[in-house]
Amino acid sequence: MASEELLKAAVAGRQGTVIDGYALGERLNAGGTGYVYRVGAPPGRDPGFPLAMKLPAVGRGEPLEGIVGFEMELMIHPALTGPHVPRLVASGSLRTVPYLVMELVEGRGLVEWVERAPLAADEVARVGAALADALQALHAQEVVHHDVKPENVIVRPDATAVLLDFGFAHHARYPDLLAEEMRFAAGSAPYVSPEQLRGLRGDSRSDLFSLGAMLYELAVGERPFGEPNTAAGMRDRLWRIPTPPRGIRPDVPPWLQEIILRCLEPDVQSRYQSAALVAFDLRNPAQVDLTIRSRRLRAPGLLGQARRWWRARDPARLAALPPAPQPARVIMIAVDTSHPDDTRHPSIQWHARQAISTTAEHRVMCVSVVRAPALGEGPALGDTESGRQLDHLVRLGRWAEPLGLPPERLSLHVVQSADPAATLVELARSNHVDLIVLGAPAPSEKPLAWWRSVASGVTAAARCSVLVVRAPGEPDARGEPG
Amino acid sequence: MPRGHNGRLVLALLADIHSNLEALQACLAHARAGGARRFALLGDLVGYGADPAGVVDVAMDLARDGAVVVRGNHDEAIEGESSYLNRSAMEAIAWTRPVLGDAQRRFLASLPLEVREPDACFAHASVHQPARWDYIDGPAAAHRCMEAAGTPYAFCGHVHDPRLYFESRPGRAVAFRPTAGTMIPVPRHRRWLAIPGSVGQPRDGDTRAAYALVDFDAERITFHRVPYDHGGVADKMERAGLPASLVYRMRRGI
Repeated sequence: MASEELLKAAVAGRQGTVIDGYALGERLNAGGTGYVYRVGAPPGRDPGFPLAMKLPAVGRGEPLEGIVGFEMELMIHPALTGPHVPRLVASGSLRTVPYLVMELVEGRGLVEWVERAPLAADEVARVGAALADALQALHAQEVVHHDVKPENVIVRPDATAVLLDFGFAHHARYPDLLAEEMRFAAGSAPYVSPEQLRGLRGDSRSDLFSLGAMLYELAVGERPFGEPNTAAGMRDRLWRIPTPPRGIRPDVPPWLQEIILRCLEPDVQSRYQSAALVAFDLRNPAQVDLTIRSRRLRAPGLLGQARRWWRARDPARLAALPPAPQPARVIMIAVDTSHPDDTRHPSIQWHARQAISTTAEHRVMCVSVVRAPALGEGPALGDTESGRQLDHLVRLGRWAEPLGLPPERLSLHVVQSADPAATLVELARSNHVDLIVLGAPAPSEKPLAWWRSVASGVTAAARCSVLVVRAPGEPDARGEPG
Repeated sequence: MPRGHNGRLVLALLADIHSNLEALQACLAHARAGGARRFALLGDLVGYGADPAGVVDVAMDLARDGAVVVRGNHDEAIEGESSYLNRSAMEAIAWTRPVLGDAQRRFLASLPLEVREPDACFAHASVHQPARWDYIDGPAAAHRCMEAAGTPYAFCGHVHDPRLYFESRPGRAVAFRPTAGTMIPVPRHRRWLAIPGSVGQPRDGDTRAAYALVDFDAERITFHRVPYDHGGVADKMERAGLPASLVYRMRRGI
């Protein structure tokens, strides 16, 4: 069959059509940039997971973005890695039969959460943080999704969020075929960011606006900007601040409102600067920096909105490209509260202060890993154990005092573990930590080989930078002063 | 066409070498390590630098093995008109003429202005009226070049900064500034125009030599920057008595 006939047969949903060895099954949906079918793998090419094939939406009346969007997807999807995107198995070029065969992600669509909305704050935070993790993973690969909406998110059984449909995506290192193709149809009306409406692409903070619109919908049960279907209705969001969630549902906690409204700021520089920070705040409500956003019960008064409206019309502001995001750094400091007199403490504090001073915005996690007593040794878990934990928490708080951090910037964690290195690495990973500061092997660890120390374990396994601190004048391995 | 390892057809694009033998050799070695088995020299083999004879000898060897070599305005100035060049460029041409032997000068004079293949067109300045030496300085000029080529790919030099243009829709080209080392998909159902940047005299503040590799089977292009001893080259130019402004540019990559 000629490629065009094949494509027509496929789009007509003819089961049993075979494209490059993949047999078409039932049609799963018709998405923004194409049709998705369940497919069977050719013999000998079974990857061991269920497969879906996506074909472009072509034909009379289909939008041009459909084909260009599919082309973008053919460029960008193969470059993506990690659990937050469907694994790509095969693709066909636009000169023959354009298609993408990928993992049919098993899980539940985020649409199911939206249907149950309004949801409790902790559930919004949980699924929101999973989604922010997925966006962070995408942004770290220099890709902006530009069409984040419930239909494009699937949550795996292990609670990992997966992003679908890269037809509107922007890759910083690839030519942007949509750069001059975009008219009105940028992203999806209820979730699209104001700068996307102005045709600006490639700013990762646009996805955070869409994330905020989804968090709003999950927490409130309504969309922040309704369902605009006119250009004027869409332009609203260039300046308008939506009705605060607490004005509609008073039981939304202030910290969640703060996060949502900060994501929905019309000006990218007032928004969160990275998805990692949104995830961090959603997981650490006590650390959310509460501003006037958290206290509002009504949208700003007529005068304030008028001022925003006027500023949004300023041609100079419209023409100017916003400065690139300056993501906040999350810094994790490992503190050995079991040895408060250790000579390394002042050095670690000094280096921590240096690390904090280099970024305007930051989050600091102080972590003390207390070795779990071996079985049959020491008291069992109980009052004494929680007392021991509290004792370490107090020491940790005192340790962090000289850093002079406001409470919303600092969190304290005492964790019990038999494997401190693995625990620190896992904590750093799940909190998108950028830098771990910890002490070099203690004198007590000297007889052990370097590779058995906590510092070496963390350095080897961490995905971020690690600063290993040594006290000045500490004797070296041969016992000679440094 | 000769095929490289894995049977892939990988072509190296080398433009604006400007008598810089060290930069050319560094790029050729990098390209061969990257699987290049075919080469296209996009004009301006000579001018500015201290090794015109060495560069032309390498070009003659490559041409014998099937390389595409097109004529640049500096190559043309050796035998003909050079009054439109700026003063230091003219001084460098005057310095170059007696350094070249007869065979080398005949080779330069024999170079075509453009080379056409089924999939690609090659020219120094633009495939659109190549003898005018117009710069491809934006989407409009790029589009004229792509139209004149009529092939999926057009490869040019003359402009020393790396650029990739594509046809976004009929009648419209869009410019893209590539990042060195990134494999960029260039599917051939679209039209593309690649300007690899200058091997011998980069002007974007990065002293590394610029060139690009095209993998026709994978439909990908990778722009590269290759470090070499550019300071040594500047010293050599100074010793040869070439204009101080050219030596200064070489040291700074401007």
